[in-house]
Amino acid sequence: MTRQGAYKESDDMLIDEPKLPQQGQIAALPNEFNPSYLKIYYSKLFPHADLYRWMSYGNDGKHPACDSSYLGRREFSYTLDNDIFVRYNTFNSATELENSIKDKCPLKIDIGPIYNLNPAHRNAYAGDNVLTPVERELIFDIDMSDYDDVRYCCSGADVCLNCWPLMTVAVKVIDTSLRDDFGFRHILWVYSGRRGVHCWVCDRKARRLSNEQRAAVADYFRVYKGNENNYKKVSLMGQVLHPFLARSYTEVLKEYFETKLLTSQNLLSSEERYEKILEMIPDQSIASELRGKWQESRRSSSAKEDINIVRWEQLKQLLQKHKAQGVRRCVEEIVFTYTYPRLDMEVSKHMNHLLKAPFCVHPKTGRVCVPINPNNCEEFDPTTVPTLIQLLEELNREGLRSDVEGEWNKTSLANAIKLFRSSFLQPLLKICKEEMESSYNAKLQQSKNLLSW
Amino acid sequence: MQVVRSHQSHRSFSSSSGSVSASPTLPLYRSAPELEVRLEDFESFAIDRLRVLKGISDGLSRGKKPDEMEKLVNELWKTNMRHQDSSQVLNKDIISHFVLRLVYCRTEELRKWFLSMESALFRHRFRNQTAEAQRAIMEEFDLPCKAVSNAEFESLKDKLGQVARSIGHNLSLSTTDAIYYKVPFEEVPELVTGRKVFINQGYAYVAMNQVVSLVATIFRSLLSKALILTNRKWATSIREQEQHRLTPIVEALCSSYLGPDFSQPKEYGEISLKDIDQVAKSSFPLCMRHLFEKLREDHHLKHAGRMQLGLFLKGVGLNVDDSLAFWREEFSKKVGLEKFEKDYAYNIRHNYGKEGKKTDYTPYSCQKIILSTPGVGDHHGCPYRHFGEENLRAALSRMGVNSRAMEDVMGKVRNRDYQLACTLTFEALHAASCDAGINHPNQYFSDSQRLLKAKKDSST
Repeated sequence: MTRQGAYKESDDMLIDEPKLPQQGQIAALPNEFNPSYLKIYYSKLFPHADLYRWMSYGNDGKHPACDSSYLGRREFSYTLDNDIFVRYNTFNSATELENSIKDKCPLKIDIGPIYNLNPAHRNAYAGDNVLTPVERELIFDIDMSDYDDVRYCCSGADVCLNCWPLMTVAVKVIDTSLRDDFGFRHILWVYSGRRGVHCWVCDRKARRLSNEQRAAVADYFRVYKGNENNYKKVSLMGQVLHPFLARSYTEVLKEYFETKLLTSQNLLSSEERYEKILEMIPDQSIASELRGKWQESRRSSSAKEDINIVRWEQLKQLLQKHKAQGVRRCVEEIVFTYTYPRLDMEVSKHMNHLLKAPFCVHPKTGRVCVPINPNNCEEFDPTTVPTLIQLLEELNREGLRSDVEGEWNKTSLANAIKLFRSSFLQPLLKICKEEMESSYNAKLQQSKNLLSW
Repeated sequence: MQVVRSHQSHRSFSSSSGSVSASPTLPLYRSAPELEVRLEDFESFAIDRLRVLKGISDGLSRGKKPDEMEKLVNELWKTNMRHQDSSQVLNKDIISHFVLRLVYCRTEELRKWFLSMESALFRHRFRNQTAEAQRAIMEEFDLPCKAVSNAEFESLKDKLGQVARSIGHNLSLSTTDAIYYKVPFEEVPELVTGRKVFINQGYAYVAMNQVVSLVATIFRSLLSKALILTNRKWATSIREQEQHRLTPIVEALCSSYLGPDFSQPKEYGEISLKDIDQVAKSSFPLCMRHLFEKLREDHHLKHAGRMQLGLFLKGVGLNVDDSLAFWREEFSKKVGLEKFEKDYAYNIRHNYGKEGKKTDYTPYSCQKIILSTPGVGDHHGCPYRHFGEENLRAALSRMGVNSRAMEDVMGKVRNRDYQLACTLTFEALHAASCDAGINHPNQYFSDSQRLLKAKKDSST
């Protein structure tokens, strides 16, 4: 099948608006991500206005308490074609933001902090360290490649439905803790586009946390301390577990380990794999006993029961009866090692850390960074996330049908954008407005009181 | 002898007149005192206090545990902060603190050090106060914490007990143990970090014995702000005004007490690329040797590892061009020349102050390295701390540590005296003693080179 009138790079130079691939050429579209398709994406699908409203945190209104400099003090970074990286882009209005993105067509947009002054003016002031971050969402980055030592289905950049549950676990554990323990409410979870998830905590209190406070929260979540230089990666001391760890274990980790990962990853089915687990048992005699048992029975006696499950039961039996707590605790340590979330500490600790904006397209996979609903994150499937090509095809199919919401509403992106708005943006902006009004009224009252002296 | 009203220099940065301390023995240094100080006392009080702070700094970098530090602080204080006139003891305390503020407000590095040491000092002294005095201090600090009501305590008793047992505090939940304070979690980052408190709906529930943390955090943040203000006043008016009187004293006080930061490499530290493998074997401390070997092996290191090793090499005398050549040689084997130039070369030049905001970064001290947190795929950090026992033994024997010294070293490691372990390693490998103890990887290197050079010179 010939590619008649196929989209040519040179066409871009002659025509103002890039041509959508024509009807009937859908099958001929190249599968790789093509940066020139980004132009169409940014012009028709990317939710510029939503990004603007989010970043404004209510300061885009007419209320006297609105800070018109607020948005302009936020840093955006672009990764452009040919790996050119441009920092300190700032915008003062929705149109500026939208036009810039459409014009520059960045391969990736990163969001930085809000500084004390507009970064565009940073060189106008003398002295070092004049530009300081004053607000920044509390962010987390969980990357599947940090779990390579506990997953066998894929490694590196790949993910599949057998290991994705690790991300589900991470979302559940962290989200619950952020809400129940830390009292945060405005939390956005986003698929990173390839192999992980990002989390944006946008409550006012979260945005104002210092580096030290962020580090404390990240450390509160930290359990796994492994790298190839020490074999004991998880060490759970203390007579009992901290309530946060205990809750995570009973509500999420145990179930996911025993009913999903144990079997999908075949954690105990081969010698190489079960040795890694036996290595974690401090009592050598128990480890030997299990090793002996397992070397004998290469296949489970009953064809129905999965061999991993059988062996896990045997392991638990021996360990949980032991009189030494360190040995009993080993069961939890194994479960934690294979399931507990592994955060990138550095991302969370520093206010000036940049993080990719939601709704960007991942250049290696073509997938859109869509929001994930933590309330049903177990249903999220990274292999069915809309890709750029897919969205363009959908636009094609829907043709000229107009939609009052916007072009995106004709495509699979619709659900993502609606989720973003209903579960995150609207509640957030509502609170921002309320907070702004109440603090303004409080100040008014204060000055009235002063004047009445 | 001149009676100098040196407090005039202090008055410019006090917000209110000298406040009465909440506790009779522990001042909070909220505002400058209305006191007269003799010029000699100005200097000598400060030196005495500096001995205390330096002693604390040494103790911390040797990895002393809290109860050892407690003893150390008490001794240091008793020895140095006496005064023949007992009514003057408190004044000496206050005056010496404010003088040292002047000395240590002037750069980021100095402020950081002063802040850490004064906070550690305060924390230990606070612990020794009576419960009454502690409560008075908490009030003075306007701690936004409320005592947990009986009703709430009852409903949370189990969880609170769980937390206590998880950190090894066996509370009997008697009346004193049942006193908990409720505080927004961001006020107590040290307790949040180690999961030492129960946190619910944004509030941390702090046990009485953890209150020290609370108070110390506030002390630290108040002092931090005060130091910035002091710096501003110093730079804009005081230094000029006092240039013939206090300024020379202030400037001299500082340089005599901090260890070298190795940002300017010494002459015998110059190494060339062709010698680097040899010199790594003979003079690198284990932490850097490990990074170096991993780099040769994997042709790659993650960011934190590149920083730790890269800055060390800078301190050792590797100039920016040689450094680029070194990293390029290794990384290009894994990622290719182009990617190296694109992704890594910039950062190396950045470390030498040639890019961006042009900060000349200083090589990491042992304290900083010990406190780092290597994760998956990382090789930085302090091997004495971060390696499992087996791996550490293997690494040390590859270095050439004999079995007897090995046991001594492992003994120190078990006691968490990581720097002493490194010192013993140094002593075993060089067959010489290192009295000062290792505080900095570059110090290890330069001491080692000095010894080897001396050996070579004496044998020729």
